[in-house]
Amino acid sequence: MAQTAVVQGKQWWAGGKSPFNVEYGKLMMWYFLMSDAFTFGAFLISYGTVRFSANSWPDPNHVFNAFPGAGHSNLPLAFVSLMTFILIISSVTMVLAVHAGHNGDKRGVSKWLIWTIIGGFAFLGCQAWEWTHLYHEGAWWGMNPFPNANGTASSTNFTNFFFTITGFHGFHVFSGVVINIIMLLMTRNNVFEKKGHYLMIEKAGLYWHFVDLVWVFVFLCFYLV
Amino acid sequence: MEHSTTSEVTFTQHHSDAEFRSRVRKTTILLSVITIIELIIGLVIYKMHKGDHPSEFLIMLFKGVVCILTLAKAFYIVSVFMHLGDEVRNLIMTIIVPLMLFVWFIGAFLWDGGSYRKLRNRYHPVIETPARQGEHEKSDTATHPLD
Repeated sequence: MAQTAVVQGKQWWAGGKSPFNVEYGKLMMWYFLMSDAFTFGAFLISYGTVRFSANSWPDPNHVFNAFPGAGHSNLPLAFVSLMTFILIISSVTMVLAVHAGHNGDKRGVSKWLIWTIIGGFAFLGCQAWEWTHLYHEGAWWGMNPFPNANGTASSTNFTNFFFTITGFHGFHVFSGVVINIIMLLMTRNNVFEKKGHYLMIEKAGLYWHFVDLVWVFVFLCFYLV
Repeated sequence: MEHSTTSEVTFTQHHSDAEFRSRVRKTTILLSVITIIELIIGLVIYKMHKGDHPSEFLIMLFKGVVCILTLAKAFYIVSVFMHLGDEVRNLIMTIIVPLMLFVWFIGAFLWDGGSYRKLRNRYHPVIETPARQGEHEKSDTATHPLD
């Protein structure tokens, strides 16, 4: 296969075929994801700029230390690591759905899509719990009960950025779940079976992996550093 | 290989099922292990912050390591899960080259934020009020929003 690419390499731009060797929809999905990466990047970088311009900042380990059902025990990073693993696992089940699609395996596609959808709902549930918990602690847009790490009073920048960025990401997860549900219904209704290929699952998969990819960076910027 | 689903695709990559499974398994384990290492480092930073004399240098070093591990995770997600690593070079480049803007984007804006802090501390220092104990009422505690 590598040889094929080398042999054809010289003719990629000669016309008559896609120089990117993918169908139009998949290429456009990549470009959309690239622009979305810049949107998320702009959000996270503006957060970074504001944080770098502050003398002190709330310590994430003091803010995110709760776990459902664990009362007031101090468990830094525990809940967010659960959320991270849920998203990684749902990414893996999506890879398996895409692969089943390559093999034209309708049952496999719908089985793995269902698992991916369950993972998406689990993540959204976790996020809803975390937001509710923080809201009850007095945190919201424009309200920040958490002091800076050095003991001084903090600005609301921390909560504003946190709710805006995790909210924007959560919205992406939500739309990803909706797309996956549509894919599941289309699979069940033999739409792809009749078309003869499951390329649509691949595009939905790209979007879903991107959501996981963004979470990796949100996790880094808000919870780890 | 001869089988192409649309006219735009000249050739398709097909991994055997066994090869695909081992690749996905390896990547999943790798991502999980990296995440666990990140969590351990996160907890180490937490313990260091609680200590009497946290070493700023060591904390920065650990945070840098976590950033590099995150980039490694991003690489594996994009390259294996999103199959970008299996695409032709033209497609890889049309995605990766524009993303290089992030190098400038991150560097310039973080530098800007840091410089703003230094200049303000020098020319217009803000007297920071200590946080009140048990401050949990729903109020805007911003003393100097975007000052």
